[in-house]
Amino acid sequence: MRKLTLTVLLIPPILWLGLLIVLPHVQLLALSLRERMEVGVYAYNLNQYKSFFTETVFLETFIRTAIMSALATALTLVIALPMAWIIVKIAKGRGASTLFVMCLLPFWISETIRTLGWMILLRESGVIPQFLVAIGVTAQPIELLYHDATIMMGLVYTSMLFMLVPLINAIETLDNSLIEAAYNLGANNAAIIRTIVLPHALPGITAGCIIVFMLCLGNYLTPTLLGGTHSQWFTEQIYNQFITRFNWEQGSALGFLLLLLSTLMIAIALRLSGQRFTDVMRRA
Amino acid sequence: MHTLDLETHQLVKRFGSHAAVQGVDLSIERGQFFSILGPSGCGKTTLLRLIAGFIQPDEGRLIIGGKDMRGIGPNQRPATMVFQQLALFPMMNVGENVAYGLARRGISKKERVAKAEAMLARVGLPNVFSKGVDQLSGGQRQRVAIARSLVLEPTLLLLDEPLGALDIKLREHMKVELKKLQSELGTTFIYITHDQSEALVLSDQVGVMNQGQFEQIGTPQQLYYSPATPFVAGFVGSNNRFEARVSGRRDSLVTVSTSEGFRFDSVSPKNLHVGAAVEAFVRPEAIQLIRATAATEHSPRAKILSVLFDGANSTILVKELQTGLELRVALPQTGVFADLKAGDVICFSIDPLQTICL
Repeated sequence: MRKLTLTVLLIPPILWLGLLIVLPHVQLLALSLRERMEVGVYAYNLNQYKSFFTETVFLETFIRTAIMSALATALTLVIALPMAWIIVKIAKGRGASTLFVMCLLPFWISETIRTLGWMILLRESGVIPQFLVAIGVTAQPIELLYHDATIMMGLVYTSMLFMLVPLINAIETLDNSLIEAAYNLGANNAAIIRTIVLPHALPGITAGCIIVFMLCLGNYLTPTLLGGTHSQWFTEQIYNQFITRFNWEQGSALGFLLLLLSTLMIAIALRLSGQRFTDVMRRA
Repeated sequence: MHTLDLETHQLVKRFGSHAAVQGVDLSIERGQFFSILGPSGCGKTTLLRLIAGFIQPDEGRLIIGGKDMRGIGPNQRPATMVFQQLALFPMMNVGENVAYGLARRGISKKERVAKAEAMLARVGLPNVFSKGVDQLSGGQRQRVAIARSLVLEPTLLLLDEPLGALDIKLREHMKVELKKLQSELGTTFIYITHDQSEALVLSDQVGVMNQGQFEQIGTPQQLYYSPATPFVAGFVGSNNRFEARVSGRRDSLVTVSTSEGFRFDSVSPKNLHVGAAVEAFVRPEAIQLIRATAATEHSPRAKILSVLFDGANSTILVKELQTGLELRVALPQTGVFADLKAGDVICFSIDPLQTICL
């Protein structure tokens, strides 16, 4: 009976995973391994993967995307850590719920609408450049869109909640008496953060960083809309291969490389910080 | 004149309109084991947190080791604390826990390790330096927490009901260990507890606290034999308490009559006049049992309601036959009255010198 219940309960997630994730990926894998020789004639080889390393634009875009994503992750962490601390340890109770809901509210609106909102604020004829002219900071309205910094801001903004939730979880379990004990033994604020708070919150920090890094790396909308044609985001390259160039084979190969390389980077980061993926996910 | 390690003058701490600590004057001499005893909510934890510096007093002065603590943060005070739940750092091993305070003082790693190891050996825990905190038993963790605080050689060691979480056997054992450790080190210990047995066994001086103030400060013997207030008489040790009136005076003795109408002789530190309302306290061991066959005509007789056997601490509940007064009486430890059972009739007498009217 229990076995039957378990089987029934497991059917939806298995169908979900199988039909929507595994099956398309199998097809993508098959696609990525073939090369179109002429109309209707295909050969199976690794040429699509080779071109990632031979055509510098792919590799350069990937490296740029990875570095920008890592930077966005670090920035998100630096901003979210004090926010989580304030929500859990300083606001407490009702105040904490209010603050958390305030962080959550923007995510009720679709990402496209929110990004378009940023565009209204930042474009040359937009709210902020006009305001800067009005108060005399700049003589002419300046274009605030289409900079790397704008992309960065957009990435941090869209990722914030995904960093905040695991951090709040991690900090909530930190016993206040540990902090008091550390003070009592002569520690100052900096020492407490370094020796007590960060080690305790490390699984939460790692989980948040993994999620945010993956989201940034795979984000298409924010870099494209806020960065314009010069955003040079790796997902944009994949999109171009599929849609503009109609080269599905190359697009599939790039998609798979994105998956492999991001997994590899996270594995290296976990190894360097001495943690295990299952522990991190369980404790976060 | 002894050196005072802790002095407080009219210390006040309010939370909203409620004064948790109201005007506490306290002086504790160097090397004493001082306990603050009181029921939960009496303000003893607030007082300890004021001393540690986690909260600031609204009024009054706090002096540790001759130095005024105003404006000095909890990380600068020469008072370390053993927390109720111990608060050992789970992200560090035992040795790192003990060496934590030394590291914050910037002491070299080599010296830290040597000092921490010496302190661990002192509390009876050699060879646990590199173990994880969760690998230790409850009693061992207790010792690690004490070692972590003592390694800084504080002027005051504050202990916040540290034995509360242990089982009873271990608690008895740790009581002896704590007392021994304190007398060896000579550090001033301030120990807060709601358990009067812990306070009496461990302390040189005990302060009984109630509603934010000290009711009485004295040696365990003074508190037990000469309680200054009804609260102390009722809280320290077990006691029979009666509402009574003074019905006569003879030399140093007063005769009191309880609301049930039972009369007995008692003593009082107060100058009571006839008719005054008092609270009379009779210790269970101040009542002597006499077999009905051996008793004189005048001795009061009572029926046994129940026998509460607890080894050497056994007592019986009796009801005096004439007035219906209920009393708790200690059974002699020799076991001569081991045959008593509920329903038996027994005679008793009360030693006036072991009773008190307040």
